[in-house]
Amino acid sequence: MPTICYGDVSVTLNESETVLEALIRAGINTPHSCRVGACHSCLVRAVSGSPPPASQKGLKASLVQKGYFLACTAQLEADLVVGPAAADDVSVSGRILTVESLSKTVFLVRVQLNGSFEFKAGQFINLVRSDGLVRSYSVASLPNGQGQIELHVREIPGGRMSGWLCRGEALGASIEVRGPAGDCFYLGYADENLLLVGAGTGLAPLLGISRDAIRAGHQGRLVVYHGGLDERGLYLTDELRRLDDTHDFLTYEPCVLRGDAKPGLHVGPIDQIVLDQHSELADWRIYLCGDPDLVLGLRKKLYLAGANLSRIHADAFLSAPS
Amino acid sequence: MSSLYEQLGGEAAINAAVDVFYRKMLADDRVAPFFDTVDMDRQRAKQVGFLTMVTGGPNSYSGQDMRAGHKHLLEKGLNDTHVDIVIEHLGATLKELGVGDEQIQQVAALANSVRDDVLSR
Ligand SMILES: Cc1cc2nc3c(=O)[nH]c(=O)nc-3n(C[C@H](O)[C@H](O)[C@H](O)COP(=O)(O)OP(=O)(O)OC[C@H]3O[C@@H](n4cnc5c(N)ncnc54)[C@H](O)[C@@H]3O)c2cc1C
Ligand code: HEM
Ligand code: FES
Repeated sequence: MPTICYGDVSVTLNESETVLEALIRAGINTPHSCRVGACHSCLVRAVSGSPPPASQKGLKASLVQKGYFLACTAQLEADLVVGPAAADDVSVSGRILTVESLSKTVFLVRVQLNGSFEFKAGQFINLVRSDGLVRSYSVASLPNGQGQIELHVREIPGGRMSGWLCRGEALGASIEVRGPAGDCFYLGYADENLLLVGAGTGLAPLLGISRDAIRAGHQGRLVVYHGGLDERGLYLTDELRRLDDTHDFLTYEPCVLRGDAKPGLHVGPIDQIVLDQHSELADWRIYLCGDPDLVLGLRKKLYLAGANLSRIHADAFLSAPS
Repeated sequence: MSSLYEQLGGEAAINAAVDVFYRKMLADDRVAPFFDTVDMDRQRAKQVGFLTMVTGGPNSYSGQDMRAGHKHLLEKGLNDTHVDIVIEHLGATLKELGVGDEQIQQVAALANSVRDDVLSR
């Protein structure tokens, strides 16, 4: 079996073990969260030797060129010398600027970045806390020239990062920002029809994409479905209604699982609502964000209903396995 | 004689066929769990490999590759029934694309010939 060297430690991989598992087994503290290639928090670098291409999927070309790869999806066929990500390559420093409530459980967290950082609204970044904890959040705002980004963070009971952010302890704290990553962003094809579906804070990237489409003068349709368990699970409803009213191409469709039907509010499972409203899907570009069960389930259902897989962009908000 | 792969129209045709085939697999609860993963793009790409191979297109899969490629599925209970189902959906896919019965038989025979490798026997 192949061996990895990390500093002066060397570990021989067990059968079907990933680089991340081997590093953890060897006692090397490697940041990680989802363990399935979705969050990019386990980014490491091959100092010599080439990482498997599958572990570089979704990385920026500049990172691939420097030998970066995701430790959690890397199974090796040959030896590899591995090192940690270098801060200069992958991150900028920043500060938690403001924390505002958007609903009882969702907070708008504004981060001030201290250096240049290129991203597209809707992509996700990783926040690295000073103790090394890493979590992914999607950017709801457009690049604003002042180096500020807006995130929507849901407070998870017992959540280490979200609790710290939402309860305000994080205010003013220094933070490292890595990324961006992910392909949920506006591509600039002005005539396409865009279908955006998300639940909970899955709205953050969808709002980012909508704002970018508005900025670009989008011509095709853009329909945003936002789901919550009940009406309290929805947020920024006034802002979204205003966008719907002021832009002909944009439609806002709030959906709740439980509650009384009324004009302008769908009641029922959001995936069913979307499938009922859209039967011709082959030409639509589709963005799915948020709860992993919803995102992965709906991607499959939309594909079976005729959507083109290469036009479905999905960010499942996978959390760290407990 | 040219391969069915070429007669169908090569890579472009396989790319169209793979959606028909992969949708059939995902819609069939008996085999869907094997094909239903976080990374659907990668899974779809692998089915391009499958269709290329069984239609006689350019590929370099060895019996050993087939063993290694399906080993993790054996742990999830992969057996002869599943191979039959795959061959059935393969036939239905080709039929939809206008391929004649005789050629479908040939493809099925080719797929069948790797049955033991797929099942690590
Ligand atoms: C690509 C990507 C983008 C993301 N974008 C966003 C975003 O824009 N906004 C956002 O709020 N989050 C987003 N997330 C999720 C986020 O990264 C964290 O997983 C989340 O904030 C929980 O982290 P934590 O440290 O607070 O909780 P942890 O300390 O990691 O978890 C505490 C406990 O809560 C459980 N738990 C974690 N998440 C949930 C959940 N959703 N529901 C129920 N139980 C849970 C855990 O299993 C654990 O037992 C994204 C994730 C990914 C992979
Ligand atoms: C009938 C004989 C079969 C042949 C010739 C065959 C061939 C192939 C080929 C060529 C690949 C691509 C491998 C690669 O590119 O890495 C593949 C992958 C795959 N096959 Fe088969 N296959 C057969 C039967 C089956 C059956 C019965 C199942 C399950 C019901 C199955 C499930 C899969 C899956 C899930 C993958 C992707 C594996 C992964 O995710 O790594 N195959 N197969
Ligand atoms: S991408 Fe590796 S832990 Fe999430």
